[in-house]
Amino acid sequence: MIQYQNLYTRVQVHGPADMGVPMNETGMFERQGTPSINRILGLIGNAQIGPIYLGWLGTISLICGLIAFEIIGLNMWASVNWDPVQFIRQLFWLSLEPPPAKYGLSLPPMNEGGWWLLAGFFLTTSILLWWVRTYRRARALGLGTHVAWAFAAAIWLYLVLGFIRPVLMGNFSEAVPFGIFPHLDWTTAFSIRYGNLFYNPFHMISIAFLYGSALLFAMHAGTILATTHLGGDREIEQILDRGTAAERDALFWRWTMGFNATMESIHRWAWWFAVLCPLAGGIGILLTGTVVDNWYLWAVKHGVAPTYAYDMWAPVLDPAIKGQ
Amino acid sequence: MKYALAFIGIIAGTLLTIAMMLSWERPPMASNQIGPRGVGMVEINNPRMEAKLQKANVAPEADPPAEVSGVKAKDNEEWKNIQVLGELDVNEFNRLMGAITTWVAPEQGCLYCHKADDQGNVNWADDSLYTKVVARRMLQMTREINTKWTSHVEQTGVTCYTCHRGNPVPANIWFKNEGSPQAAGMASSRQGQNLASKVVGTTSLTYDPFTPLLAKDANIRVNATTALPEGTTNASIHDTETTFALMMHFSTALGVNCTYCHNSRQFASWAESRPQRVTAWHGIRMVSEVNETYITSLQEVFPKNRLGPLGDVAKVNCATCHQGVYKPLYGAAMVKDYEELRQPNP
Repeated sequence: MIQYQNLYTRVQVHGPADMGVPMNETGMFERQGTPSINRILGLIGNAQIGPIYLGWLGTISLICGLIAFEIIGLNMWASVNWDPVQFIRQLFWLSLEPPPAKYGLSLPPMNEGGWWLLAGFFLTTSILLWWVRTYRRARALGLGTHVAWAFAAAIWLYLVLGFIRPVLMGNFSEAVPFGIFPHLDWTTAFSIRYGNLFYNPFHMISIAFLYGSALLFAMHAGTILATTHLGGDREIEQILDRGTAAERDALFWRWTMGFNATMESIHRWAWWFAVLCPLAGGIGILLTGTVVDNWYLWAVKHGVAPTYAYDMWAPVLDPAIKGQ
Repeated sequence: MKYALAFIGIIAGTLLTIAMMLSWERPPMASNQIGPRGVGMVEINNPRMEAKLQKANVAPEADPPAEVSGVKAKDNEEWKNIQVLGELDVNEFNRLMGAITTWVAPEQGCLYCHKADDQGNVNWADDSLYTKVVARRMLQMTREINTKWTSHVEQTGVTCYTCHRGNPVPANIWFKNEGSPQAAGMASSRQGQNLASKVVGTTSLTYDPFTPLLAKDANIRVNATTALPEGTTNASIHDTETTFALMMHFSTALGVNCTYCHNSRQFASWAESRPQRVTAWHGIRMVSEVNETYITSLQEVFPKNRLGPLGDVAKVNCATCHQGVYKPLYGAAMVKDYEELRQPNP
């Protein structure tokens, strides 16, 4: 019986494992591992696991990432005096803190931020090597490098938070701690210290692209899923040769909002929305403390922050100012 | 394999439901607008928990007024060593002693402070029990608060009961806190943060914000007062987290949200704050003064078992009086029935 195959097909047909196109590079690394089939993963994606290509970049990146992970984890464990129970119980609270403010950009002792610098170095090395790897693997497969540049946008935000801005501020204590709740508390404290990040226009733009990304993702995914039975999930074919699925998608959006993206342009919309989110966010973080010290006062100065009538109580004055 | 996924799902769902029922509060909540529209200045309370809190925070009824005998305590020839309450009529004096006993040591009784010999004869004048020396200092402290800190306690005032609630040691006190042990040597310091601390609402913030920020003339403010960097503050992120931690304590101690005092769009702005923030501002200074002048002066008086892990005396913070309520005992004015606690110290 002929059955149309799409994302929701419950039947998982297994043929011989797909080993991919032949490698055209020579080196000591090949694709590694015997491919296996995983039914549960098959429910949400491709059921075939592996083979994987690590290469020098991937291997060194993983080693650096593991070193950073170990430095962070062992220091967290040390912070509860090597108590395994407390390590598990308080794992989300534990952290590896950046150096205290008194050290500025100078090298601190290991127990006061030295480990943080080291973990940051290895994590950054790991991430940058992984970036080069995404670029080179895309090139090796004859692909464009769109994924690598989108990843670079995220790395930009990471580097601004952990390195570029602290260096501009002249203090590593401005950087983010490595911890689950601690980095969230850092985020709130950062916003409070610099007068409410919501008044930072680049933060606003970043949020617009973040929410916009989610909206576009839902609109696009909904559109494609709604037309899979007409071949809508074969997007590449539909870009080159617009079929009935693409026609109906376009008509649907023109009916509902008067305008439609095309099968090709919707992916450019999505890519730019996703990339501009951390790009704008990174600019906003970079300006905070370096160029603007209090975003709320900046917003008042430039007529961004609205004023409200505080008439529910008598005027409140700062009691620390004498003579009031 | 076919059922594994469903099985895992059911177990995870059950565990999450149990965790939710044990830790979340069920709706509906009561909300009360306390600021201009559109700024989120709303007090949110759980009416069921509020009812329990109200039951737990009731002021005891005052004893009937004493008949005036015409003899002052200091003029009673059989009474010795009366240093603070000498101006009181002897009957008022006895009434207050009775009240203090029910407020502070209802189970232990008079002998908690007053020394009795082996035959059970009480030497009322004897100062050999540390509790008596502490009680005397606390009477002076109460008078200081009720006369000099009306900016915080207004005419409601405080009595021993405000903090003690029938406990010889108030339930909410603080010691200098270094947190649980951490590995020494090269291992990274926690920098006073990153433990699940109840004091700061189970956040990972600074677990002892009191030692630095309730000290005299401490700087709690972290915001720049100019839009651009002009050096109006040099507060670090860590300083901000410590202030944040103190504010978490304020919030839990008073059972209120940030917006009880602040407009959260700009915590620093006084023009957009509620008058309650001014009351709190004086409260911070009151607590600092009380700890500095009255509590810490008893450092040598307390026995070792009453001191904290770092050997410091138990100190007060907002929770000591407030105990989860925005006004201690919901604003019950106990001191009006014990005016002797509202006399200035000589």
